[in-house]
Amino acid sequence: MTVFLLRRLLQAVGVVLAMSLLVFLGVYAIGDPVEILISPEADQIERERAVKALGLDLPLWQQYLVFLGRALQGDLGRSFVFNEPALRLILQRMPATLELAFGATIVALLIGLPLGLYAGLRPKSALSQGIMAGSILGFSLPTFWVGLMLIMVFAVQLGWLPSTGRGETVEVLGMRWSFLTRDGLAHMAMPALNLALFKISLVIRLTRAGVRETMLMDYVKFARAKGLSPARVTFVHVFKNILIPVVTVVGLEFGGTIAFSVVTESVFAWPGMGKLIIDSINVLDRPVMVAYLMIIVLLFITINLVVDITYSVLDPRVRLEGKA
Amino acid sequence: MTPPTLEVRNLRTHFFTRAGVVKAVDDVSFTVERGKVLGLVGESGSGKTVTGFSILGLVDPPGRITGGQILFKGTDLATLSEAQMRDLRGNRIAMIFQDPMMTLNPVLRIDTQMIETVLAHARVSRAEARQRARDALGQVGIPSPEERLAAYPHQFSGGMRQRVAIAIALLHKPDLIIADEPTTALDVTIQGQILAEAQKLCTQYGTALIWITHDLSVVAGLADDIAVMYAGKVAESGPVSEVLDAPLHPYTRGLIGSVPSRNHRGAPLSQIPGMTPSLLNLPPGCAFRARCPRAEARCAEPPPFAEYLPGRHARCIHPHLAEVAAA
Ligand SMILES: Nc1ncnc2c1ncn2[C@@H]1O[C@H](COP(=O)(O)OP(=O)(O)OP(=O)(O)O)[C@@H](O)[C@H]1O
Ligand code: SF4
Ligand SMILES: [Mg+2]
Repeated sequence: MTVFLLRRLLQAVGVVLAMSLLVFLGVYAIGDPVEILISPEADQIERERAVKALGLDLPLWQQYLVFLGRALQGDLGRSFVFNEPALRLILQRMPATLELAFGATIVALLIGLPLGLYAGLRPKSALSQGIMAGSILGFSLPTFWVGLMLIMVFAVQLGWLPSTGRGETVEVLGMRWSFLTRDGLAHMAMPALNLALFKISLVIRLTRAGVRETMLMDYVKFARAKGLSPARVTFVHVFKNILIPVVTVVGLEFGGTIAFSVVTESVFAWPGMGKLIIDSINVLDRPVMVAYLMIIVLLFITINLVVDITYSVLDPRVRLEGKA
Repeated sequence: MTPPTLEVRNLRTHFFTRAGVVKAVDDVSFTVERGKVLGLVGESGSGKTVTGFSILGLVDPPGRITGGQILFKGTDLATLSEAQMRDLRGNRIAMIFQDPMMTLNPVLRIDTQMIETVLAHARVSRAEARQRARDALGQVGIPSPEERLAAYPHQFSGGMRQRVAIAIALLHKPDLIIADEPTTALDVTIQGQILAEAQKLCTQYGTALIWITHDLSVVAGLADDIAVMYAGKVAESGPVSEVLDAPLHPYTRGLIGSVPSRNHRGAPLSQIPGMTPSLLNLPPGCAFRARCPRAEARCAEPPPFAEYLPGRHARCIHPHLAEVAAA
């Protein structure tokens, strides 16, 4: 386990370095922030002073080294727009995105697992056919459209749920969270469901496929031949096996959920990282973009690690030491 | 008179597949008395495993028992509810599956899989259940059973897994054990040990055994009776020594001829010519006739399963009666 973690850490450092270079070059290629940041009326001297202050006069490789050196000290640059450390800007908004993504994942599991299990155990029933048809909708309807429909129905017409913002928040560990208050939860309901839509379909399909495959295994028949109750066969023998693919996929998808919460956050004016990055791209706020991408990379690495560890807990055949 | 432990009468189990009806078990009858061993032999695909699943009531769609009766200690199993069947399974009737690599759940520890079997049928504490599990592992010759209980199936070899499966079957000292090629994956010494253990069970607790195998020498040493299956039907049945010494059915004769040890030294191993017929849309008449050296025109009619000699049945209109008389 320790060897595995150490090796993983080394790999992570490599990935982060490679990504930092790519991100830096990529963002550099998008456009020149000088055009946007410095007023067109500014004279040549003012312009040069501003460029120097931002460090944009140095050759690209030097800019990268400066960036890397500062990054190692936890400084990912200051936002051109807010004139605040980019990292702090993002970290301020991270809890909002994280709780939204977690909420969506929990909703997806709570809805997807039972429905998938039912559809797998009774593949021929009308309800199962309905579930499967519904899951196709979940895959194919565009997120923003569903988001707008949710707002139309539940906020505008029925007036049950608020449609924008995070609502009341509580500060825990120096960060603000919505999920701890009633009002916050009400605000979270629609965006979380919206973000969960695709995942629900994914979990349903994975669970159903897993159940159908596992039910045919000899060990399930043997479990029945031992005289176990159907509940024990389903919830211990079958369920534990299908959790493996579900956890893997949902876990790996978590990074994607965070990265793609952009759409949902925009529709519901949820003040998370996604909304920040969209705004930053609009004004070419380079440090914020770079910092955001680096944080996403770190997140993906962490998620992969957590998935691998969970996987080894669920599946005793996986030995963490043995694998790279 | 107490009824036999198991009496199977004209059992039919068919699979209704898209390609047609597979008559995997088609008119199978045999009886296993208390404390006796029935050897169920036959080529691959002859319906041995499906017969076992039928007895346990574990035939899954598209398969279905379409006819016949299964009497367990005099009770027709078809009259029992699913809950009553569940009480029997793993408790009074246990089965050891053919493939030891696939029998145990890969994500559950051995103790979990054994203790749940104990608790499904006995009102005992977990500690007591664990104790029974450990004893059962010791009984089948697994060294240091206490440590082995905490292991996962993938930490065991095929032979060890089969012994775990056998131990699970022994947990409740059942009245009937259906052992589907249980010793194929084991080496010879362990095989002998398991066979001895099985025989002990029969004599001590009166357990009846159905021992499914390809290996006629195992049947010769272990079984009291034998039933030879061919294409979903019992071709011949009777006391094991009589059947093996002087078979009635040409198919049984062919099977025995293909076992090396029973041949004369140096004589070429006789092989049954031809192939097992497909069970899909099997034509009427004797299923063996395409391969039978004694086939004649009448064999296109379905031969009856007749008792030619006391206790000896054969499904053939032209059995080797002269050879039996000469033996
Ligand atoms: N689920 C199923 N669907 C269709 N046909 C099946 C199914 N299960 C079994 N069969 C058919 O039933 C027949 C008998 O199978 P069975 O497993 O009982 O053979 P067997 O005698 O145990 O053979 P082996 O020695 O190879 O284990 C086979 O022809 C098989 O194709
Ligand atoms: S019935 Fe005819 S074909 Fe079938 S085994 Fe007997 S002799 Fe051979
Ligand atoms: Mg078989």
